[in-house]
Amino acid sequence: MEHTIEAFKREESLGARHSGAAAASDGKIHIERTQYPYVTGSSVLGIKYKDGILLAADMAASYGSTKRYKSFQRLKPVGKHAVIGASGEMSDFQQISTMLDELTLRDQMWDDSNTLGPHEIHSYLNRIMYQRRNKFDPLWNNIILGGVKNGKKYLGVVSMIGVHFEDDHVATGFGQHLARPELRKQWRADMTLEEGVRLLEKCLLVLYYRDRSSINKYQIAKVTEEGVTISSPFAIETNWELEAFQNPTKNAEGSW
Amino acid sequence: MALSDDSSWMTAAHSMGTTIIGVEYADGVVLGADSRTTTGIYVANRASDKISKLTDNVYICRSGSAADTQVISDYVRYLLHQHTIVLGEQATVKAAAKLVREIAYSNKSFLEAGMIVGGWDKHEKGSIFGVPIGGTLLRVPFTIGGSGSTYIFGFLDQAWRPGMSKQEAQDLVVKAVSLAMARDGGSGGVVRTVTISSEGVTRDYFSHDRLPKWHEDIPAGVSTALEALENANGEWMVV
Repeated sequence: MEHTIEAFKREESLGARHSGAAAASDGKIHIERTQYPYVTGSSVLGIKYKDGILLAADMAASYGSTKRYKSFQRLKPVGKHAVIGASGEMSDFQQISTMLDELTLRDQMWDDSNTLGPHEIHSYLNRIMYQRRNKFDPLWNNIILGGVKNGKKYLGVVSMIGVHFEDDHVATGFGQHLARPELRKQWRADMTLEEGVRLLEKCLLVLYYRDRSSINKYQIAKVTEEGVTISSPFAIETNWELEAFQNPTKNAEGSW
Repeated sequence: MALSDDSSWMTAAHSMGTTIIGVEYADGVVLGADSRTTTGIYVANRASDKISKLTDNVYICRSGSAADTQVISDYVRYLLHQHTIVLGEQATVKAAAKLVREIAYSNKSFLEAGMIVGGWDKHEKGSIFGVPIGGTLLRVPFTIGGSGSTYIFGFLDQAWRPGMSKQEAQDLVVKAVSLAMARDGGSGGVVRTVTISSEGVTRDYFSHDRLPKWHEDIPAGVSTALEALENANGEWMVV
């Protein structure tokens, strides 16, 4: 579901400025609606557990292969009932966060003792992402939304092209490949908070070992009927003491 | 690669290769930058000033396309001027940073601009905001930018501490920019710093010769070429 970087070209007959634009042989000015992600966040994980939803993400925002910002919060509460986590271009995530804040503020201003639930927010997100995709100008994010309202748990994903679905456990980025298999094996609907957190930690550890853009500094978000909590940053113990690590090329000099 | 074969340097856009840095210290902020502007491989301006004033209390460090960042600064300066009149008091650093971010984000496919906004206001005291390419906005205790920044991430990770004094912060900034200039072709010239606190703004100029010398740098003017020839010690580079 992740997209490689591709240029979407579009002809514009009105002269809009682009630093590299030149009149092509047909006389029209070609605008490249190229959108590259610049400052990016890596995987986000989400699971349902007995009392609600857990989301997890590391705190890195990378600039290409450089781990440029290492205290970036990629999990945000949305209203009172939901949490959103995003990977991909972080400026687009900030924009989406602002839009969701406006949405929930207006919802609150109705003052009608009704609030938008996670399903409604998910629909709204999906509309935004899909409509931008139709204009060939996507918000370059993969977003997980989790929430609890009136006892019902909700966990969904929206991608940069508007693909959306719900599931018991979800992930973006590398998490799709490394975490989901583990979640498929170990997830149960009646997991306690402790079991859920432990399962997420296990997945985060694998991602730290194998995803070059990840750092060992995470936040976990918990959503229950009572509300939303986002943890302070924490790190996970890693193991580099396997005996096989000590002298791996002893009997095969030059190998790796 | 012969210079004469490739004339792209004559028409290439002015880019500020650049090293820029912004650091919070106990009572304010220190902003720093090198002074090299390049068109392709040619140094178009060796004494540029990449730290521009937005308001009396907020300055911006510019990296990336010279034209893009100049235009953004001009727009934000104009908007902040009006904002200050309407507000009736000094604009905040956050307001300035958010304006920069708004322009950078909404024109992201047209712009190549990485900027650092820093200043002092009575609410947050000293604050530094990074606005990298793409238009993300982040408040940070210190940040670096530009092509030269890649060479000094390690240095800053090791040397930066919270709660530095003004002198310590200035020394750190000059050291960092000069280390980046030592290795980055896109950075060079002199180091300019701007220190902003409740007491006001001071601009400093660290001429090339005032900068510390690093590995394999040799001092200039110690011996003339002729003297160096006379003092030749025979053996040069043997592998």
